[in-house]
Amino acid sequence: MYRYDEFDHEFVTARVAQFRDQVGRRVSGELTEDQFKPLRLMNGVYLQLHAYMLRVAVPYGTMNSRQLRMLAHIARKYDRGYGHFTTRQNIQFNWPKLSEIPDALADLASVEMHAIQTSGNCIRNVTADHFAGAAADEVADPRPYAEILRQWSSLHPEFVFLPRKFKVAVTGAERDRAAIQVHDIGLHLKKDENGRLGFAVYIGGGQGRTPMIAKKIRDFLPEEDLLSYSEAILRVYNLNGRRDNKYKARIKILVHETGADEISRQVEEEWERIRHGALKLPQGEVERIREYFAAPATLKALPPSAALAVERARDPEFDAWVERNTHPHHVAGHVSVTISLKAIGSTPGDATAEQMDAVADIAERLAFDEIRVSHEQNLILPHVAEDDLRAIYDGLAAIGLATANAGLVTDIIACPGLDYCALANARSIPVAQRISQRFGAIERQRDIGDLKIKISGCINACGHHHVGHIGILGVEKKGEEFYQISLGGSGDEDAAIGEIIGRGFSTEEIVDAVETLVDTYIAKRESRDETFLAAYRRLGQGPFKEALYGTP
Amino acid sequence: MTDKLITANHLADGLVVFLTAAGGWSYRLADARVIPDAELDVALAHAKAQHEAQIVVDPYEIEATVDADGVPVPVRLREKIRAAGGPTVAYGEAELAGRAVLLNQAG
Repeated sequence: MYRYDEFDHEFVTARVAQFRDQVGRRVSGELTEDQFKPLRLMNGVYLQLHAYMLRVAVPYGTMNSRQLRMLAHIARKYDRGYGHFTTRQNIQFNWPKLSEIPDALADLASVEMHAIQTSGNCIRNVTADHFAGAAADEVADPRPYAEILRQWSSLHPEFVFLPRKFKVAVTGAERDRAAIQVHDIGLHLKKDENGRLGFAVYIGGGQGRTPMIAKKIRDFLPEEDLLSYSEAILRVYNLNGRRDNKYKARIKILVHETGADEISRQVEEEWERIRHGALKLPQGEVERIREYFAAPATLKALPPSAALAVERARDPEFDAWVERNTHPHHVAGHVSVTISLKAIGSTPGDATAEQMDAVADIAERLAFDEIRVSHEQNLILPHVAEDDLRAIYDGLAAIGLATANAGLVTDIIACPGLDYCALANARSIPVAQRISQRFGAIERQRDIGDLKIKISGCINACGHHHVGHIGILGVEKKGEEFYQISLGGSGDEDAAIGEIIGRGFSTEEIVDAVETLVDTYIAKRESRDETFLAAYRRLGQGPFKEALYGTP
Repeated sequence: MTDKLITANHLADGLVVFLTAAGGWSYRLADARVIPDAELDVALAHAKAQHEAQIVVDPYEIEATVDADGVPVPVRLREKIRAAGGPTVAYGEAELAGRAVLLNQAG
């Protein structure tokens, strides 16, 4: 894991002191809300429907047990005993008192955590594949580059007042688990024909009210040019991105309105000017950062676990969990484990303080002290010996976190929606809970297979509905909640924006409608190997429309 | 015809508050002053002054109806949820406990 150096410590501690002073001046009346709002947003503090909300960064989703225990402590001491893991690999606390937030930030700083740049029109937390450094199919660990980008983008003086927020994601595998094509910059770490590391660079992807799949502007950018090229992209965006209309201010609009070829030309032109300057990454520096992310020294290849085979044969529930919730590791005899935060009928992404503490204990004892947050709102133990899977499963089951549904129909992404969010038009969580209950039976879920349902409570699309195989968007219509369905979206390497299937459904109708879609898929699929997404792409909207509305 | 209430968030703790008949603020919807249209502008000016005085954040008016017991009920779902003081779903330990009960019932 990355460890703060002296500079990082000083920077984060100074920011806590600065914010403490600002909060003091706000509460005493010296600062107005208009003056204070941009300051609190720079420190991850929102004012939501019911209370303030604190968003804490988990850089590229990576934590150790000490940090996760601190999140549990924050939940207990400053909140109501729980937190919400988000689609940007961060965590949100829903009930902190403004006057206590500086203390919470000081506690977080003691374990090298903060809330800087989790909001505002700046470069946000850089996200990465949640199996980074572990996945068998990975070319190289993308997190060192995410960390290099974090250092470059933190308080970058030129880029703290961008036209709009800016999100970067990095993947190190062909299989895109970081949704890079729906980010402002998406980086695909790969090797060229000579075995050199570099990136395919995508820009202008995003969701929100104008969803766009990113355009690839470079097939291979050498590793050493990561920062100069990123700076060139940001500079072109910062100078030319629209500031007259916040709904047209993201880089995706600039790319769309100007054309990817022209933007690419401008970026290359700017890059040529600066590429040989101070931003060229020295190889030694890349190596130094990479060292922080080296696999644990004790992670050694093991023979296939005989004990695991016995347990799987003995216990079908455990077997189902191993099948769905583990992912191949690049070190033999190991896997990565997905800890589902999607128990049947639960709030997607929520975890109690007790659950966080328990996961931290399990990670420390049995999983090399490392935990990840996935953008699908689950937790991950990236390094687990097969021999330890049974003990981990039992530990997770004891706290209600052993649901065997990773990637299945009940592994739903949902934004906080109108239950918490000041921007929402409709609730997301109750819809997710009801769909989860409808498809709760594990045999049925397994029969349905891979299916990503994503739910947003407004057009800002925090619930990623545009890239759901089944996407659900909540809207308000004549004072009632209504839900619009789109089909065929994907945030993976086969990225696509879902297509709206037809008129929306009421709260009462929406779960039946989803079930109708799933039943239609089951009836029409060529075999169990054809996923919902593959079947939809083969069949088109016709049969699904007919099943929902009676007319194709 | 609907009545009006004035709501805001409390500055220090962020929680939802309602303007009361005494001109103060209460966390309880039942304490909210039901404001006739003719008096709304004066009440809003008072609320705005409370914002300036750093007691509440961003006050605004909402529509409400008054039920048989004289308690105001917000018209919009958004305001109903705010007035309830929390989400429409259980959270934290209560959510876990609720799901455990359901599981037991299901056998």
